[in-house]
Amino acid sequence: MTAAALLSVRGVVKRFPGVTALGGVDFEVRAGEVHCLLGQNGAGKSTLIKVLSGAHRPDEGEIRWRGEVVEFGNPTAAMRSGVAAIYQELDLVSGLSVADNVFLGHELSKAGFTKRADARRRTRALLRRLGHPEISPDRDVGRLSVAHQQIVSMARALSLDGQLLIMDEPSAVLDPDEVRVLFGIIRELTAQGVAVIYISHRLAEIREIGDRVTVLKDGRTVATGLDAREVKTADLIALMTGRVLENVYPRRKPVDPAAPVVLQVRGLADEDRFREVDFTVHAGEVVGLAGLVGSGRSEILETVYGARKAAGGTVEVDGRRLRRGSVGAAVRAGMGLCPEERKSQGLLLDQAVYRNITVSSMSSFARFGFLDDRAERARAATLTESLDVRPAGVERVVRGLSGGNQQKVVLARWLLRECRVLLLDEPTRGVDVGARSEIYELIRALADSGVAVVVVSSDVEEVLGLADRVLVVREGRVVHDGPADEIDESRVLDLVMEGHAA
Amino acid sequence: MSEDTAAVPAQQVKSAPAKKESGISALLGSPAGRNTGLVVALVLLCLGGVVTAGDRFADVDNVLTILRLAAVIGVVSVGMTFVITGGGIDLSVGAIVALSSVWATTLATQGIANDSHWIVMVFTALLVGGACGLVNGALIAYGRVVAFIATLASLAAARGLAEIISNRKTQIVNVPGFTAFFDASVLGVPVLVVIFALVAAGGWVLLNRTTFGRRTFAVGGNPEAARLAGIDVRRHTVMLYTLLGLCCGLAAVMLIARTTTGSATHGGLYELDAIAAVVIGGTLLSGGRGTIAGTVFGVLIFTTLSNVFTLNNLSISAQAVAKGAIIVVAVLLQQRLARRSGA
Repeated sequence: MTAAALLSVRGVVKRFPGVTALGGVDFEVRAGEVHCLLGQNGAGKSTLIKVLSGAHRPDEGEIRWRGEVVEFGNPTAAMRSGVAAIYQELDLVSGLSVADNVFLGHELSKAGFTKRADARRRTRALLRRLGHPEISPDRDVGRLSVAHQQIVSMARALSLDGQLLIMDEPSAVLDPDEVRVLFGIIRELTAQGVAVIYISHRLAEIREIGDRVTVLKDGRTVATGLDAREVKTADLIALMTGRVLENVYPRRKPVDPAAPVVLQVRGLADEDRFREVDFTVHAGEVVGLAGLVGSGRSEILETVYGARKAAGGTVEVDGRRLRRGSVGAAVRAGMGLCPEERKSQGLLLDQAVYRNITVSSMSSFARFGFLDDRAERARAATLTESLDVRPAGVERVVRGLSGGNQQKVVLARWLLRECRVLLLDEPTRGVDVGARSEIYELIRALADSGVAVVVVSSDVEEVLGLADRVLVVREGRVVHDGPADEIDESRVLDLVMEGHAA
Repeated sequence: MSEDTAAVPAQQVKSAPAKKESGISALLGSPAGRNTGLVVALVLLCLGGVVTAGDRFADVDNVLTILRLAAVIGVVSVGMTFVITGGGIDLSVGAIVALSSVWATTLATQGIANDSHWIVMVFTALLVGGACGLVNGALIAYGRVVAFIATLASLAAARGLAEIISNRKTQIVNVPGFTAFFDASVLGVPVLVVIFALVAAGGWVLLNRTTFGRRTFAVGGNPEAARLAGIDVRRHTVMLYTLLGLCCGLAAVMLIARTTTGSATHGGLYELDAIAAVVIGGTLLSGGRGTIAGTVFGVLIFTTLSNVFTLNNLSISAQAVAKGAIIVVAVLLQQRLARRSGA
């Protein structure tokens, strides 16, 4: 590994009206290294990336690129110098094809005419390199799954032939085998001298792929140049949060074998994604659903909830059969769903916190259709206080909250309804370590109060840590159903990927 | 009239730091300030009227004329505010007004009205309008036709049907009870204006104080999230268009009273006037945010503008140009404010 600093950042400050997002960031990235950025949500990682990729101008401090002071006025300037960023919020244009998106902004052209065949050919090559030859360059990006969109986003960054690649939580929507492919590509790139800034909440990944770590807290560098393999997890968490965390997952209580079955799913099937899905959840039990993206696990959850129409099978809550394909019936029976895409499926982003919380229980605040606004706010305030939603204030617009706090708002919605069954799809995606353990504890507390909980997660460790019982889903079938403490991570991964070229 | 009382504190917190940058735009950004902007525009227009037309403008009869004209399009615009806040659009309102006016004034309907009670005409118009809205809503919600296309089709069909029924002839109203009721005044205020005021007040309450209104914001703000939260989005969509249809039926009744005729040409370009009034009032065309007070001001601004131009013998074409300019300025302003509060 060469020691030359490709990028060096000194005392960078970025202020927004009312807040200082970055209050002095220093670090150095060498050519050919994977430099990990760690920090809780709100620590300033996203702002830093935007500064580095030219989307924001720093107010103070200097950025040196190959030893020279630079100022990237806009993303195109950064791109030309060889800095490419893959954002967490995908920046693809749906309606355009995969190939069009890959070369958007730097179209291959001759005399103003785009060279479409060339673009298609090179896109296909990039996708093959990323291990996804099945994505056609001609597909409309909007019709791809989130995971595939992430791949396209990565192909776009690779197409720039960058010297520095910034990846903001690339693994959040990827399956274990896709993450493996991604790591293979990262190794290949770093061997060629390309530097990577890698951001992830998953410490295990950082150990596997990272070389050095920089930790941000409240917009400042609190540690830099740590060895990614040697540094202790407890130290990292202490640096990030400023406090010491012992056990991330809350202690399980043994499930009472006599507890009644709350949710019973029999022979559930849809048109093509899954079939013959049977499972039961007892009161007080947390059942985890593990499986690859595309294995049908999210679809199963949505179908149980009635948000997708089932082709066959039944769903019963407390012994009563639900009408097929009706969210209203599921909600009335006491079901709640925290959907996978919090922003697009879960929240009314431009509305107040309390309105997001009471949206599913409006009738309990209404008399002849007239809402008691004050009572709504009071109830929401009690809930947000007990969940420690920050910043406090039920009048705040949800858009401004961090991922963890937004997730708490969605959870509060179902707490208010006093659900019998809570379905959680990726409850900690985009949620930082500190808030994560709070959400785990909340889920556990709900179960202890008698709620039947179903959790879907791509993070196998999370499923095993949180659930009492684990179901493994592969290609639309439940292939394993057993207690969480009788199975380990590698066994789950084996089950999940059997029949897949790993 | 602070529309979004609930959202006031949050937005104040947000715009507080921005206020230091430029006072005027920050003031316009707050909900109260946005209506202030509309009030200022209306006052300026009135001043323009007084300066150019003097006593002919600042005359009680003239003001009542403005209000009577504003009342009809105003009722449609209040309904339109609901549909747009709920994430939809309706291009067929003018045609629905025409069809309702024709159906309520056929010889047969008037005959029944004269034999029983004039209220029959009112119910006929409401029924026709409501039915048209129901069809629009069902096409959009259950037939999954894009609102723009579905209501474009209704526009053509409803006006065509109105022409068939009326045989392209203007139908004169000859029901004394009906005319007498709607020509009357309450404490000097014409009944038509009273109806508009009641509809606006009722609309405000419905949008801001009821579960129906709250669901409208939710459905318009994020239909998928609303659905997963347990709201029956499709049924709500049907109700929104039906509500607008009923408003069109009521507007038809008012138009019949004002002109003493029913005609297939009634309500021409109402869709544009209503959408324009709603948008300059501050309701987001993309849904999720809406204000009845803003819509009322929007209607008053456009009607006053027409009046001032007419008093100065300026052509209808000049009016259209001025209207277009106002819409562009309002939308530009709205976008700037949206960006500010979104930052």
